[in-house]
Amino acid sequence: MIFQEASRASTALESIKHPDLSKFLVIAAILFIIGVAGVLTRRNLLVIFMSIELILNAANLNFIAFSRYLQDTGRGDPMSGQIFTVFIIVVAAAEAAIGLGIVIALYRNRETIWVDQIDLMKW
Amino acid sequence: MYKFIWLVPLLPLAGAAINGIFGRWFGFSEKLIGGIAVGTVALAFLISLTAVYSYGFGGDAQWPKSYVTTQATFNWIPAGAVKQTLGYGEVTRVETGAASVSPRASLLNIEWSYQLDPLSSVFMLIVTGVGLCIFVFATGYMHGETGFYRFFAYMGLFMFSMLVLVMGSNFVMMFVGWEGVGLCSYLLIGYYFNRQEAANASRKAFITNRVGDFGFMLAIFGVIATFGSAQYTGVVTQAARYPIEALGHWGLMSWIALGLMIGACGKSAQFPLHVWLPDAMAGPTPVSALIHAATMVTAGLYMLTRTNVIFQHSKTMMLVVALVGAFTAIFAATIGITQNDIKKVLAYSTVSQLGFMFLACGVGAFVIGIFHVMTHAFFKALMFLGAGSVIHGMHHEQDMRKMGGLRKYMPYTYWTFLAGWLAICGIIPFSGFWSKDEILWNAASTTHIPFGWLVWLVGTIAATCTAFYMTRLVAMTFWGEERFRKAHQHSLEHEGDAIRKDHPTDKGHVHIPHESPKSMWVPLVALAILATVGGFVGISTAFTGGKEVGGRMNIVTWLNPVIWNPSTGDFGKAEEGKTGVIAFGEMSRAEAARVEENASHTGFNLAHAVESKVGSETATEWVFIIISLMVAGVGIGLGLLFYIKSPNLADVWAARLRPLYQASYNKYWIDEFFGWAITRRTMDLARGVFAFDSKVVDGAVNGSAWLTRLTSKVTGATDKYFVDGLVNAIADFVVRLMSPIVRAAQTGLTANYALVMVIGLLVAVAIYFIKIF
Repeated sequence: MIFQEASRASTALESIKHPDLSKFLVIAAILFIIGVAGVLTRRNLLVIFMSIELILNAANLNFIAFSRYLQDTGRGDPMSGQIFTVFIIVVAAAEAAIGLGIVIALYRNRETIWVDQIDLMKW
Repeated sequence: MYKFIWLVPLLPLAGAAINGIFGRWFGFSEKLIGGIAVGTVALAFLISLTAVYSYGFGGDAQWPKSYVTTQATFNWIPAGAVKQTLGYGEVTRVETGAASVSPRASLLNIEWSYQLDPLSSVFMLIVTGVGLCIFVFATGYMHGETGFYRFFAYMGLFMFSMLVLVMGSNFVMMFVGWEGVGLCSYLLIGYYFNRQEAANASRKAFITNRVGDFGFMLAIFGVIATFGSAQYTGVVTQAARYPIEALGHWGLMSWIALGLMIGACGKSAQFPLHVWLPDAMAGPTPVSALIHAATMVTAGLYMLTRTNVIFQHSKTMMLVVALVGAFTAIFAATIGITQNDIKKVLAYSTVSQLGFMFLACGVGAFVIGIFHVMTHAFFKALMFLGAGSVIHGMHHEQDMRKMGGLRKYMPYTYWTFLAGWLAICGIIPFSGFWSKDEILWNAASTTHIPFGWLVWLVGTIAATCTAFYMTRLVAMTFWGEERFRKAHQHSLEHEGDAIRKDHPTDKGHVHIPHESPKSMWVPLVALAILATVGGFVGISTAFTGGKEVGGRMNIVTWLNPVIWNPSTGDFGKAEEGKTGVIAFGEMSRAEAARVEENASHTGFNLAHAVESKVGSETATEWVFIIISLMVAGVGIGLGLLFYIKSPNLADVWAARLRPLYQASYNKYWIDEFFGWAITRRTMDLARGVFAFDSKVVDGAVNGSAWLTRLTSKVTGATDKYFVDGLVNAIADFVVRLMSPIVRAAQTGLTANYALVMVIGLLVAVAIYFIKIF
């Protein structure tokens, strides 16, 4: 029992030290799916933006996960994935700033941020 | 000192370059331009003088060997090994029987080097010396002309070319000089290029000279192909070994000599290529004196003498040279009798005197030909400059009928002109007498060619004509009635720029002639002295008891080393007791003897006939001297009778001998004949070719263009209606068919596009997985 407890505890410690990659990937995939579904189904531009942020964060999570995984298995540079993530966060922030600016400009012109009303590209 | 002869041509060139390039740029004054031109020529003359002195008389005298400047570093045209395509492979010396093999291939390296030998030294002194006088004269004569700098630039360039011609050590350099003087002649005849007459004359001179140059070039090619060298020293020694070609035998030497003779005819204005020289008088008078009397036109004589060994190997060409010379002498002299333009008379006189020189070369007296070149350079330059002085004093009037009585107004010109007149008439002791008498004596006594007596007769008659027309010229210009007092129209064609500036609106008034400035009469005096005493260097042996006196100062002694002597087969005069060493190819000794006998048999010989009557050779020579003095006297007497004693006699006889007078006055219609036979025919040919070009060639071109346009129209229509129609129809069909489907896809909704992207992503992933499993 104690052994079991101990082994479980050691397993938990082990899994904290060396987390299982697939779980992160699954979470990231779920996040990605949610993001994509949001982009496809939502009509509010702000929500679409938020969904895009979810997609980006799914990618970030993947990077972190793989980075850790590589570090654990000792097969690669642990830093590159994290640096990528930092970059992506920076880019996402910049993108959010520009995107919100575009949303405001759009609203001022068309008084709406509903994308199904913004269909100028239609033939 | 003779090592500095390369400076001689270079100095006038430098002067010409300075004047020509900077004269206009910096607006040089006339004094500066004249100073540069005269200074360079004077320096060249001084160098020539010292060079010839040290060559012939100095301590390290090279005479009679020719001195060639060594410029091993300057192989002008290093042609390398050339094959001799003509000529004999083997030339045997009859005397020794030993065969000397001439190389079939040799190195042809044409040098740019100058040769100082007896012949070129004489020409150097003539060109620079007489040239100096004329340059000085020209500074006065050309005063006030626009393009003063241009004139002296051309003149300097001419001096350079002429000196290259006479000083070059090979045929190619001679050709360079030959063409150079031709170019300068063209430029200077056309100096008043805004006058149609001058422009035409310059073109005529240039084109006529092309005919001669063509022959000269062929001869040069022949020389190189035969001897494998263009260097005089190499050519003449080789040519001396060739067999003499008898009369009527056209061998290698005859053909080369023919080419050279054509070249000489062109440059030295011999019949029928003489037509350019009288027209060349459209140039300024100093040009006429320098180029068309004293130097350039004697280039042909220089060439003949330079190649005398080739000419003497061809009996035929010797006869041709003598006959052409004799014919030209009398032909031009008879034209000179009736001309009224003072320069035209002198021009025809020059042609006639050149004929005398050719005659001398033809009868084998090359030395005397060069002697006459020299004396002629003195007295003809003098007379041309005198005529220039008269023209200047008469305010650019050239018609002798409007002169007369100028003696009073132009004393210097008159007295110096008299010296020239007596010289050309052949009055003892003026220079012309010595050379002309020697020419006629050599013609009468020649053993080189047959018909020596005929040549002598023609020459003697020509000498009479010379004395007559020269007396006429002097009489009409300097003596008699003062005809210039009749107001004369300014004839625009004879006016220089200076006169037009002086009298812009003047249409006619009396000009009182005036003596020319000092810069003009000083050269006249210098030349008059030379024309008077210059003949003593070739004093006739009749005056010295049959001996040549004066050593190297005697021009005959001086020049003889360059003359090939057919009787000894060597250069220079035959020495006592030396038997003939004659190269006769591969002929046997007997054949050689027979050929020599034929060659020396030249028919009736006038001098021998006279000698058999009077006894000694000296006595015979005296007979001929007296005859030549007599004909000069007759010519002068007739001239005085016709133009001083009874001036109307000229018109009477002109009317009486109307056809002859007309023929002479119209220059035997040679110009008209050439105009009809050559110029018109050339123009006809040009018109025919033009018609062919415009009808046939242009027709073909235009036809093909028309055809191209036609086919392009057809293909254009096909393209427009058929191909384009097809393309449009297909496109239209596709558009109509496909557009509803494709259009439906473009909803404009971002979500739809994103969906497509996601679907694409899924598909890609699906493909990936399918591939994996």
